[in-house]
Amino acid sequence: MEANDKTVLICRGTGCESAKSPAIQTELMSGLQGSDVEVKFTGCHGMCQQGPIVIVEPQGTFYANVKLKDVEPIVGSLKNGGGPVEKLFYKDPATKEGLSTYHDIPFYSRQKRLVLQNCGRIDPEDIDDYLAEGGYEGLKKAIFDMTPDAVVQAVLDSGLRGRGGGGFPTGRKWKFTQDAPSDTKYVLCNADEGDPGAFMDRSVLEGDPHAVLEGMAIAGFAIGAQKGYIYCRAEYPLAIKRLQIAIEQARERGYLGKGIMDGDFDFDIDIFHGAGAFVCGEETALITSIEGNRGMPRSRPPYPAVKGLYDKPTLLNNVKTYANVRLIINNGADWFASIGTEKSKGTAVFALTGKIANSGLVEVPMGITLREIIFDIGGGMLDPNKNFKAVQTGGPSGGCLPESFLDTPVDYDSLIEAGSMMGSGGMVVMDEDTCMVDVARYFLDFTEKESCGKCVPCRLGTKQMLDILEDIVEGRGKPGDIELLEDLAVGIKAGSLCGLGQTAPNPVLTTLRYFRDEYEAHINHHACPAKQCKELITYHILDTCVGCGLCRRNCSTNAIIGEQKELHYIDQSLCHKCGVCFEVCPPKVFSVEIRTGEVKLVES
Amino acid sequence: MTNQINFTIDGQEIVAQEGQNILDAALANDIYIPHLCHHPDLKPVGACRLCGVEIDGGHMTMSCLEPVREGIDVRTDSPVIYQARKIAIELLIADHHMDCLACAAAHDCDLLTVSAYMGVQPERLERLRKTERDLPIDTSNPFFQFDPNKCVICGICVRTCDEIVGLGALGFIDRGVSTVVGTFGNKPFVESVCESCGECVVRCPVGALAPKKPEFAAREVQTTCVYCGVGCGIYLGISGDEVVSVRADRERPTNEGSLCVKGRYGFNFINHPDRLTKPLIKKNGEFEEAEWDEALELIASKFAESKGEKFAALASAKCTLEENYLIQKFTRAVMGTNSVDHCARL
Repeated sequence: MEANDKTVLICRGTGCESAKSPAIQTELMSGLQGSDVEVKFTGCHGMCQQGPIVIVEPQGTFYANVKLKDVEPIVGSLKNGGGPVEKLFYKDPATKEGLSTYHDIPFYSRQKRLVLQNCGRIDPEDIDDYLAEGGYEGLKKAIFDMTPDAVVQAVLDSGLRGRGGGGFPTGRKWKFTQDAPSDTKYVLCNADEGDPGAFMDRSVLEGDPHAVLEGMAIAGFAIGAQKGYIYCRAEYPLAIKRLQIAIEQARERGYLGKGIMDGDFDFDIDIFHGAGAFVCGEETALITSIEGNRGMPRSRPPYPAVKGLYDKPTLLNNVKTYANVRLIINNGADWFASIGTEKSKGTAVFALTGKIANSGLVEVPMGITLREIIFDIGGGMLDPNKNFKAVQTGGPSGGCLPESFLDTPVDYDSLIEAGSMMGSGGMVVMDEDTCMVDVARYFLDFTEKESCGKCVPCRLGTKQMLDILEDIVEGRGKPGDIELLEDLAVGIKAGSLCGLGQTAPNPVLTTLRYFRDEYEAHINHHACPAKQCKELITYHILDTCVGCGLCRRNCSTNAIIGEQKELHYIDQSLCHKCGVCFEVCPPKVFSVEIRTGEVKLVES
Repeated sequence: MTNQINFTIDGQEIVAQEGQNILDAALANDIYIPHLCHHPDLKPVGACRLCGVEIDGGHMTMSCLEPVREGIDVRTDSPVIYQARKIAIELLIADHHMDCLACAAAHDCDLLTVSAYMGVQPERLERLRKTERDLPIDTSNPFFQFDPNKCVICGICVRTCDEIVGLGALGFIDRGVSTVVGTFGNKPFVESVCESCGECVVRCPVGALAPKKPEFAAREVQTTCVYCGVGCGIYLGISGDEVVSVRADRERPTNEGSLCVKGRYGFNFINHPDRLTKPLIKKNGEFEEAEWDEALELIASKFAESKGEKFAALASAKCTLEENYLIQKFTRAVMGTNSVDHCARL
C-alpha cells in the first residue's frame, strides 16, 4: 500500500456482520469501483457497540454506526476528495464532540495493541495481508536461526504467562513438554472461550487467525511436535471458517505441512469443533473431548506436558498466548519483558462490558489500574448519573471488586490477592443498580449448569449454593445462610477435582467479603439495597402524581388504579413488579418509587 | 515380583507393593479411609473426593490416585481434609433418598459406612436444601432395577461395564446436578446392549443398582457353577433349605469374581416344581418315575445292544473337562466308535 492510496476498511467481526456489514461492504465496493480507493474487510476493531465501523486509511477516519444509507455520502467524500462525513463521527460521551479519527478516541489512544495489532487492520482471509505485516517472520526466524532450546528460553525469558486465566508461566510449560521424552507430541490451542460476555479469543481468531497458527507452529518446533489441534467451540462459526481458510492458505504457501519453508520441520494443524461445554475449557476435559469421550476432567498429575492427548506429551495454551509468541520471537524476550509489571509481562486483553459507556474489546499493558480501564478507556458509567459499584473480572471463576480497588493494578497476582483473578479477560462493570447477591446467584447459576457432574463437591455443592442464593434473593433466606455459604465454599474449593469447581465459589466469596451488608439486608430485613430483587421490592405512586395515566395504560396487569388527572395508586396484589410504571413516569413528575425492606412477606 | 514399598499412614508402618495406590494399601492394612467411587477391580478416578490425604504435610490429594512411595508420611485426617469430607458427605446425604430400611443395600451401603465414620450431625444437615428429585425407577431388567434417586454418580457401574465386561452399555447423561447414569439414549436397560450380567449391580456401593429380589442368605456354600464348562466359582446363599442368592468367588482363578447372567441370576430352577428329581422311563408310551438303579440298568442294556457305528455321543457343555474326557474315552474304548461331539462345538 502506497502512502497516498486510500483504503476503506470495513469491520466484519461477528458483531458488525450481524449489523449488516457484509452488505455495506458490497455497496462500498460497487460505489468505489473504478476509483483508486481499495475496499477491504477486517476483523474486529473492539468497539463493537459502535458497529458497523468503517475506517478510511491512512488518515484513520473513523465512522461509527454506519448504515447502508450512509454508504453514499462516504463514497461521495472519497470520490470527490471532499471532507469526511462528520455526522458519522464517533461522539465523545462526555463532550458530545465528534472525533474524526480513531487516534483521537480515548478508547483506542489509551490502549496498547500488540495481540490485537492486526485486528481491524488486515483482511483475515488473505494471507498476503498478514505477510505484509511481517507475518510468519517469527516462524522463519525460529526454524532457521534458532534452536528449539533457544525458542523455549526466549519464551521463558519473556515472562509470558498463560492468557487463559491461570497465569502459569508459559515458558515453563514449554520446557516441561520439550523435556518429556516421546517421538509424538501435540500442540493444542484452547479456543473454547466460554465466560459469559467474553469474546477476546473469538476476535483474535476472526481478525488475525494466522498469528495463532504461527504461534502454534513455533511451539511445535520448540517442543518437537508435528501435529496441532485448535479446540474451537462450534458456536464460533466465523472464527472456524476464517481459521480453516487461514490453515489452507498457510499450507499452500508452505507455512504449514511437510517441510515448512523448505526446511526439515513438519507441522500441521486441524480444527476440532467443541460442542459447547464450558468445562471443556479445562485442559484435561478438552483433551478427553478430542479423544472422542465425554468432556470430563481428570485428576492431575500426570500433567498434559507428560501425558496428554492420546497419552502423549501435550502443550496446551490459550489463543492469546500463542498470538503473543511471534511478537516475542520477532522483537526479543527483553522487549516483551519491558512491557507490564515485574511479574506480569506484556498486555492483557479484556472484553469490557456491563454498565459502561464504551463496551468492547481493549488491550492494555499489564499494571494499568482498573480505574484507567473503566473510566479513561471505557468512558465511565453508561449512565453518568449512576455511581460505580463493582467490577467483575475472571468470569465465573473470578470475583467482584468494589470501588476501593479501582486503583489496583491489573496483573495476575494483584487481582488474586484482591480475591478475584485475571481470568481469560471478561470485565463486567456494575453500577449502583446492581444487586451483588443477584450477581453471585447469576454466576453460580452458570457454574451449576456447566458443572460436568463428575465430582461430588462441584456437582452438589454448586447446586446447594445456588439454592441458598435463590432463597436469599427471593426473600427466603434464613439466619445462618451466610455462614453456610462460607462453609460450603471452603469445602468446594478444597475438594473439587478441577479448576471449575475449585473456583466456582469465588463470586460468592468476594461479594460476601466486600458486600456482606447486602446479604444481611436481604436475609435479616427482607431488603434489596439495589432495589432489584423482585420479591423484596414494591412499587408505589407518590402524591406528586399528576394523573397523566401513562403508567395505568402501560400496566400489563391492570394493577394501577386512578382517574385521569387524579392521584393513582397501585394494587399490590395485582402488581407483577415489571417496573414499567417506574420507567414510563415522566422524569419531571417522577412519582413512582421503589421501596424495599418494609414488605411483610405473605407466608406461603 | 514387585518391589516392596515402606511408608507410614498416621504413623503406622505399612508395607505395600510398588504400583499400589495409597487407598488400597491402607485398606489392605485395615486402615479405613472414606471412599465411594473406588473399587479395587477398577482404575481410580478420584470423583467422590472423600479419600483425601496429606502426604508429607502437603496439599490434600486423593489417596486412590496417589501411588505409594518409599518413606512418605501419609496423614488421613487434618482440619482441611475433615472440612472437605464433611461437606462432601453432607451434600451427598442431602441429595440422597434416605429410605434406608427399605433399601436393598441397607446391610452393605458405602454411603452409610462413610456417614458412620464421619459422624452426621442433624443440625448441620438441616441447614442444607434437600434435593427434590423423583426420577422413575428402571425396572425393565428381569433381574435387577436401577433407582437413579439413590445413585451417587460414583461411576463404578460405568467403569465396570467398560473395563471388566468390555461392553460399554452404561455412560453418564446430562451434566451438573442433573447427571444420571444411563444406557445409550437413556433407554430402559432391557432395550440396551446390556447383557444383564450384574457385574455393575454387585459393585454398586449404594442401593441404586440392586437385585429385584434381594434375599439375605443365612449361610453360604462354596461350589462351582453348573451352567457351562468354565467352572466359575460361586457361593450359593442358603436360607432354610432354599438357594436364595449367588455370589461370585473372587479367589477362583477361572472367574476372579465375575459371573454371567445365568450363573448369577439363573438359580430359580433349583427349587422349581417342574424340575426333574427322578429319572423317567417311557413305558407304554408314557413317562413314569423310576429309581436310579433301574434307569442305569436300562441304559447299560441298551448301550450293550448299540456298540459300533450305530452309536454316537453328544456331550454337554455343562460337564466339566474331566467328564467330557471320560465321555469320549468311553465312546471310543467301550462303544467302539469315533462319533463323539459336543454341544458347544459351533
